[in-house]
Amino acid sequence: MYDKDREIIICRCEDLTLADIKELINKGYRSLDELRRISRCGMGPCQGRTCRPLVQRELQSVGIPVKDQIPGIFRPPSKPITLGAIARGSEGVHHA
Amino acid sequence: MRKSAEVVVIGGGVNGVAIAYELAKRGCKDVLVLEKEYLASGATGRCGAGVRQQWGTEMNLRMSIDSVKLFETMNQDLEYDKDIEFKQGGYLLVAYTEAGWDQFKKNVSLQRQYGLDVKLCNPAEAREIVPHLNTEGLVGATFNQTDGHCNPFHVTDAYAKAARRLGVEISTYTEVTGIVTEKGRVIGVRTDKGDIATTTVVNAAGGHGAIIAQMAGIDIPVYPERHQILVTEPVAPIQGPMVMSFHHHLYCQQTPHGSFIMGLGDPTEKPGLSHRATWQFLEEMAQKVTWLLPPLKDIRVVRQWAGLYDMTPDRTPILGGTPELAGFHMAVGFSGHGFMLAPMTGILMAEHILGLPTSLPIEKIDLGRFARGELFHEPSVV
Repeated sequence: MYDKDREIIICRCEDLTLADIKELINKGYRSLDELRRISRCGMGPCQGRTCRPLVQRELQSVGIPVKDQIPGIFRPPSKPITLGAIARGSEGVHHA
Repeated sequence: MRKSAEVVVIGGGVNGVAIAYELAKRGCKDVLVLEKEYLASGATGRCGAGVRQQWGTEMNLRMSIDSVKLFETMNQDLEYDKDIEFKQGGYLLVAYTEAGWDQFKKNVSLQRQYGLDVKLCNPAEAREIVPHLNTEGLVGATFNQTDGHCNPFHVTDAYAKAARRLGVEISTYTEVTGIVTEKGRVIGVRTDKGDIATTTVVNAAGGHGAIIAQMAGIDIPVYPERHQILVTEPVAPIQGPMVMSFHHHLYCQQTPHGSFIMGLGDPTEKPGLSHRATWQFLEEMAQKVTWLLPPLKDIRVVRQWAGLYDMTPDRTPILGGTPELAGFHMAVGFSGHGFMLAPMTGILMAEHILGLPTSLPIEKIDLGRFARGELFHEPSVV
């Protein structure tokens, strides 16, 4: 059967569709953090900048208003950066 | 949430849900798991996801060897609808000092006694296993193929689902605020959602284990210690094994998903509950890992975070009860290897609580060992 939710990408980094997210929400994963940890949604290079508001909207549609959703955490670094660039940037700094 | 339970497990990490599942599997189904946030929100979900058997003391060795056997068939045994992503790409432990190499040789002779097929490698042999390893100054390495990686979120999810199917109740966002005792035994647990009558409590609260024990009036030599970690973008598979260097306090593994997970231990870290990530960690990690595994310099870091080890003085867990308080049991003090030991912790704790013969001699690692002076002193912790 044709299901347009299977063609709507929510998380581009991890190839998760709207159908994937709805299925997990129906199974009881009801917060950004729980969805993230079970599916990696928001754990890719964009760090959730694309998918997070879309997932919040889906949680709202099952009766959890955005204002009541536990906000997820944005972790550093704010943009992906190579290990080599970090190492070069801190050359001469000696850590214990 | 129910008002009474035969057993209340405090902590919804991998150990808490594994214990609950193993209890229910043995017929003790009136079990309630209390978790102050969501499942795997603490140390389990923050860990390095490594599964290692190359330990230097008897109980860590025996528990990890038996746990690996359980990981191997866990998808089927727990009838899991996803995949725990167990990958046995091995662990290569590298020694860059003579003292480190001597310790490795001692460890390997003990590991072989318990049937682990660990290979002692010279630098050239180490390089055959991990071709991009920097062998400058490398004295030797040990390799065990059946070590590897597993997904901590999915293992926790698998145990939780299997436990629920057997009737276990898991109450998330429920914080324990007190433990009620009377005449030297547990009679209840207080939470922010109400009180529960119970005569059996299991402390599986990880970094918060000492706080929970305090609520019961028990002092345990367990303290939380922050450890930091990062993950990169996923790339094509280039590294099979976990590479671990105690000299650099470093571990680094490529997951089946393609990302690299790596972390450092900081010998100057003070006890505490902070899990703030720092830029100092990011710099030190980048410097050390690009020296040890040079091709990683072109891979991007996407995220860094921190979690808590629950440390004991001998870096070996505390399992079992205490004569000080009947009905109070502990599975704490995993010192950074609680995830990989969880399958056996679940079984041993369930056997112990139900008064069954235990599969391994857990009385060796009870709380009483500190008073008896029978410590294990695990040498191999990052």
